Amino acid sequence: MDPLLIFPSPAPPELAQALDMGGWAWKAATDLDQARSEQPADGWVGAIIVAGTEPDDAFRLCRSIRSGDIHVGSVLLLVGGGHLASLDFREDLFDDFCLHPFHPIELEARLKHLFRRTGQAERAEVIEYGPLGMNLETYQAVIDGKPLDLTYMEYELLKFLAQHPGKVFTRETLLSRVWGYDYFGGARTVDVHVRRLRSKLGEEHAGLIQTVRSVGYSFGTSRWV
Amino acid sequence: MSREQEYVLRTVEERGVRLIRLWFTDVLGQLKSVAISPAELDAVFEEGVQFDGTAIDGFSRVHESDVLARPDATTFELLPWAKADEPSGRMFCNIENLDGTAFEGDPRQILQRNLQIARGQGYTFFAAPEAEFFYFDSGDAADSRPVPLDRASYFDLTTSDVSSDLRKTTIHMLEAMGIPVEYSFHEDSPSQHEIDLRYTEALDMADNIMTLRLVVKKIAMDRGCYATFMPKPLNGVQGSGMHTHLSLFEGENNVFHDPDVMYGLSTTGRQFTAGVLHHAREITAVTNQLVNSYKRFAEKSEAPPFVAWARNNRSALVRVPVRKVGKPGSARIEYRGLDGTTNPYLAFSLILAAGLRGINDGYDLPPETNVNLFELTDHERRQVGVEPLPRSLHEALDVMEESKLARETLGEHVFEWFLRNKRAEWAEYQAQVTPFELDRYLSTW
Repeated sequence: MDPLLIFPSPAPPELAQALDMGGWAWKAATDLDQARSEQPADGWVGAIIVAGTEPDDAFRLCRSIRSGDIHVGSVLLLVGGGHLASLDFREDLFDDFCLHPFHPIELEARLKHLFRRTGQAERAEVIEYGPLGMNLETYQAVIDGKPLDLTYMEYELLKFLAQHPGKVFTRETLLSRVWGYDYFGGARTVDVHVRRLRSKLGEEHAGLIQTVRSVGYSFGTSRWV
Repeated sequence: MSREQEYVLRTVEERGVRLIRLWFTDVLGQLKSVAISPAELDAVFEEGVQFDGTAIDGFSRVHESDVLARPDATTFELLPWAKADEPSGRMFCNIENLDGTAFEGDPRQILQRNLQIARGQGYTFFAAPEAEFFYFDSGDAADSRPVPLDRASYFDLTTSDVSSDLRKTTIHMLEAMGIPVEYSFHEDSPSQHEIDLRYTEALDMADNIMTLRLVVKKIAMDRGCYATFMPKPLNGVQGSGMHTHLSLFEGENNVFHDPDVMYGLSTTGRQFTAGVLHHAREITAVTNQLVNSYKRFAEKSEAPPFVAWARNNRSALVRVPVRKVGKPGSARIEYRGLDGTTNPYLAFSLILAAGLRGINDGYDLPPETNVNLFELTDHERRQVGVEPLPRSLHEALDVMEESKLARETLGEHVFEWFLRNKRAEWAEYQAQVTPFELDRYLSTW
């Protein structure tokens, strides 16, 4: 059986024990470089990432996985109760999560659940909001049934906004969530891209992205309002 | 393969793109293009496209061998003017040597290198140009004298409709390519128009200017006329420039802004402005690179030939706009010397380097100039400490050749090549007998 990637290294003893007893093969890595150098030929089948006292390191690794730096089937995030709030708007960084400390039976159930799904044909993920449609599998977006020609960053920004209609994001949040931690350049980059997106959406639909004065931007309206 | 590249590959497949144009810019600022088919795209992302450097003006050197064009996937745009059944896209490229090092003659990487230096100090550099240009009737191809559209017909209303329609189509196309337009209007001179782009980071803006020039010309050509950014195409009326608004950010903060000092221009902003002014004469050969560029400066209007700054003085090279209260982000300076024929990658590199020199060496900004410099004699201007910009390409090249800043900023290769190329252009011009001379001298002497 292919091993699971565990972060950090050394793995927390209770996790190592649960995995060993459940018969899961695993390897722990201290950072992205090690995860990359020890990656099996056809990628990691999955990863268990522990967001411990320094959750930022864990999120950074998740982001690298999501950006395709290393190949990982599914990501299970273990997170302490004190850090639950940090999951907000990072849902795309993991496939499932489990409270840490965990109950071994729960961990086992989640692992089986995750890896039973892996390998099955995934349903094309689609976002639909009013005139806007986005197919996340093919990277295509349409407005009023007509294709939108977007650059990669415009697409990523629109996707993020459209996934959270009605929610107001600060420019800093958008910068860190869409561009990533390592992006150099200030929040003005966000303004530039929002303006670009609006010009591509056309006058009629430019209002889908609203400017919230001295706060940031929001997309559409929440379905709960 | 990066995610950006995957995104492009997928889009090309999903949208049935038939042709991908790889764009790059030569030293003189002319757009070049190599077209590839979608089937090659994967390999091109991996390996680049090899081509003969000597085949391209500006990149040629006697002993030069092949170079590689490497497309920047983040710049992929579908071309809005492509036929519906033949979608095509474009990407800007960096040019590399075969060993993978940056090609010294690639203006885009020269700008990237200079932006990287600014980045090392924590700065992001933003630019917003106001591009002016003329539309002319194509008329008889053999007759190269420009015929303005506005005068081309008896029916002024009809003809002015043509040019405003051209401008409208151009703006729609720019917006469709993610290049937002802030304002556009008919300029002073017959058939002269202006399109102001909304600020972006300088590399994107240099790419945008290259796209803008193409789109403006293309739309005009489709309608049977032509557009020109030539700085001074007509005698007796204002020429075309490219006033450009500049600002420097440190993260979220506009470092030119300080509400507690005069005009809201911070110490850093004053030093940057001082640097730009101090080195303005050295960079003019690049910001105004044609023989013709200097005829625009001779007209005493919106083309400021004097190295000075002011809040409101059209004879000064740099304007510090008076700002609305409560908009700290909009602090900026306007460099009014540029014209639309410049290579934007090189021009932005030099302006940035001059400004950073001002900051790093703590230059003092001279006092604001409130007199109309056009009305002073050379002697009076010297007394107020104001120097003129070079009066000809020849003089500008002489000043540039002595400039350590220009040499360092552009790199030896481009610096030497540019001087050599432009000296040849000047020599060729000098050898011409102009209509002015014939009119004035032929029968009199």
